[in-house]
Amino acid sequence: MVARKLKCALCGIWGAVLLLATGNAFAEYPLNLTPGVTDISHKVYDLHMLVFWICVVIGFGVFAVLIYSLMTHRKSKGAVPATFHESTTVEIIWTTIPFLILVGMAIPATKTLLALEDTRDADMSIQITGYQWKWKYDYLEDDISFFSVLTTPRDQIEGRAPKDETYLMDVDNPVVVPINKKIRFLITSNDVIHSWWVPDLGWKQDAVPGFINEGWTELSEPGTYRGKCAELCGKDHGFMPIVLIAKTEDDYQQWVADQKAGAAAAAEAATQTWTLDDLVARGESVYNTNCAACHQANGQGIPGVFPAIAGSAIATGDVAGHTNIVLDGKAGTAMQAFGAQLGDADLAAVITYQRNAFGNDTGDMVQPSDIAAAR
Amino acid sequence: MSTATTHDEHHHGAPSGIMRWITTTNHKDIGTLYLWFAFIMFLVGGAMAMVIRAELFQPGLQIVDPNFFNTMTTMHGLLMVFGAIMPAMVGLANWQVPLMIGAPDMALPRMNNWSFWILPFAGIMLVSTLFMEGGGPNFGWTFYAPLSTTFAPKSTDFFIFAVHMLGFSSIMGAINIIATVLNMRAPGMTLMKMPLFVWTWFITAFLLIAVMPVLAGVVTMMLTDRNFGTSFFSAAGGGDPVLFQHVFWFFGHPEVYIMILPAFGVISQIIPTFARKKLFGYSSMVYATASIAFLSFIVWAHHMFTTGMPVAGELYFMYATMMIAVPTAVKVFNWTATMWRGSMTFETPMLWAVSFVFLFTIGGFTGLMMGVAPVDMQYHDTYFIVAHFHYVLVTGALFAIFGAVYYWIPKWTGHMYDEKLGKIHFWWSAISVNVLFFPQHFIGLAGMPRRIPDYSLQFADWNMISSLGGFAFGLAQLFFLYIIIKTIKGGEKATTQVWEDAEGLEWTVPSPAPYHTFATAPEVR
Repeated sequence: MVARKLKCALCGIWGAVLLLATGNAFAEYPLNLTPGVTDISHKVYDLHMLVFWICVVIGFGVFAVLIYSLMTHRKSKGAVPATFHESTTVEIIWTTIPFLILVGMAIPATKTLLALEDTRDADMSIQITGYQWKWKYDYLEDDISFFSVLTTPRDQIEGRAPKDETYLMDVDNPVVVPINKKIRFLITSNDVIHSWWVPDLGWKQDAVPGFINEGWTELSEPGTYRGKCAELCGKDHGFMPIVLIAKTEDDYQQWVADQKAGAAAAAEAATQTWTLDDLVARGESVYNTNCAACHQANGQGIPGVFPAIAGSAIATGDVAGHTNIVLDGKAGTAMQAFGAQLGDADLAAVITYQRNAFGNDTGDMVQPSDIAAAR
Repeated sequence: MSTATTHDEHHHGAPSGIMRWITTTNHKDIGTLYLWFAFIMFLVGGAMAMVIRAELFQPGLQIVDPNFFNTMTTMHGLLMVFGAIMPAMVGLANWQVPLMIGAPDMALPRMNNWSFWILPFAGIMLVSTLFMEGGGPNFGWTFYAPLSTTFAPKSTDFFIFAVHMLGFSSIMGAINIIATVLNMRAPGMTLMKMPLFVWTWFITAFLLIAVMPVLAGVVTMMLTDRNFGTSFFSAAGGGDPVLFQHVFWFFGHPEVYIMILPAFGVISQIIPTFARKKLFGYSSMVYATASIAFLSFIVWAHHMFTTGMPVAGELYFMYATMMIAVPTAVKVFNWTATMWRGSMTFETPMLWAVSFVFLFTIGGFTGLMMGVAPVDMQYHDTYFIVAHFHYVLVTGALFAIFGAVYYWIPKWTGHMYDEKLGKIHFWWSAISVNVLFFPQHFIGLAGMPRRIPDYSLQFADWNMISSLGGFAFGLAQLFFLYIIIKTIKGGEKATTQVWEDAEGLEWTVPSPAPYHTFATAPEVR
């Protein structure tokens, strides 16, 4: 195993050397901040470039003097040390000039900051809630609510399959917004601090449990914009991307209608009685999306961090107790209250799956109606 | 203590065996202990950096799982900050401050022994968390609540205890330096005649005393939140997770100056020696250092621009942060003016010092860029900031420490280091460190968040280059270990003055410096 990894690494190093030597045309070397797609992101980009060029000019000036000095004032070239070592005038000059340059930078920075933070007069509001390790979006006006989870397959992450172009940047339910509307985001968290960041919008904002932060955007072009969680939020911090899709007003309204139809279908599913096989099949996919990050796909958990489902007293014991912990979570731990996150059918399926998978084999079956009763 | 016994002790040589090191109250022995401890921690923390760079060598999860990756980034940061850079600076202070002000020893030698001997235990406790059930701290070296409270592994309580011990050690070390500087200067050594290294450490010691108790406070609040039902940082109990960040950064921002101010001091010693010219603007250097120290207390929330502070707060912290550029620029200008029309030679310490001026300046520029609040909304928590603080801490603080070691090791060991090997170490490090960290600016700007074990494909090429630089830089430091051991074992005999034009009291005592120096105070004119 170790030898294989070592061999992999050696191949990798050799690959890198080859890559550098041949100047692979497919290699990608991004260098700079994105200008983004909104007014604000353009302003932020312009400010970035302004400060950058000021730094470059000053840097070149100072480094030029330094390099000249290093080249010329050498003992080997017979330089004799001068004796000056003080000048109040010079000190005052090179204290004042940087100060004035800073004032020059602070003025546009202040303007941009004020515009960035002005969330007034929004046309619509979307609440964003960070969870370990997914995002939840609530459309406050349209009454739409869904979770957004990474869909990149484990096989790609663990190197058993070639990686897509959008590796680690795909989710099941992207957040969809209309163009030419000022959208206010209300950002909070359910557990630890996350940070919602789509670089093309020009900002990120922390999602803090118990507090609601604000951000806003107004997009003018339909398109797909991708981002990431930017604040370390635990094990799968690197695996909770953001996909934001901007649509024209008509397409957006169509999407809203589709979402509502989907919600009705889910409600319908919750009233049916399911067979064990159907529950287990659906439960497995719900488990892999919602539970496997902590409890692992094989149900073994991570000893000392996340408890195992396989053979656990809860998953093989009383059904009601098991249901309660899934519905309400466990205070003071990372176990979330899934009652608020999943529908009755999904909950029934995942509980049934846990009670019959990983060698638990209790044969118990939980129906959506049982969940509705337990709520 | 009677004068007779005091007098007797002055004629002792070093006691032999292990008890010499355990019971020593000699500032030179303790300085050596600090420096070796720091070097060991540097190698351990460096090994963790190698794990990080190996995992990031290509996209996908190859070597470690994400939880262990987070543990590595956390422990790497903690060990480098609290185990390597800070103790190394204290080690330099222990060796050099008494020698530079003409004092026979530190003012409080027994406390000096204690402040060192706490460290190995704190270090071992911190590292031992790696082997505990649930793994070590995995919430980043900034340990933001509630990730570090409700959601943290059980070993976190050991981490808290280790931080408390490190804090005790630092506070005692700082008290010792202040007491030494204020009370033990040789006759004629007025404050404004002190070498700049002593000045910067004197100011740093005040920073330490001011902020280490704040760190102790914040970890104690974590401890009670975790174990005794309080809710300082838990919104569910009426607390505030952002409060954690305010308290942490009130410690954390001065902390970064604690690591860099003594480095400024080292550079201000080395450059005049090898430029054969007095430091330009001595008094403005002292004032600039004091200004930076003062400003460090009033800028902490620039680490928190994205937490949802009120706009007025963001504006204030932006303006205050930008102000720091002024005294920092003054320092760079003064070093440049010191070199200007000097008569320079480029022995290894000078190479480190010159590269410090260049590379620290780059880190300073990116720091200024991040001080601009609206743009920091993009930079924050990306590899851009990883590049920034590695430029100021590796090519800044660490390069200064390397320079200091090469500069003073002839005085410590009585042997010149091998100049050729020292230069190889320098060039090898200086080139590889830029291959390592410069591309991180690019991937950060392009949108790669920090502290992730896996990344999307557009970042792959730069990450691979960065990792290659990292492996090379890591290897260079094993070479440094070889150079140091070689110098201790033998080498060309060092003269009393060591460097042709070195000035200062430390160059008036023989090389190696005798076990007891300045038993009779020198006269400074």
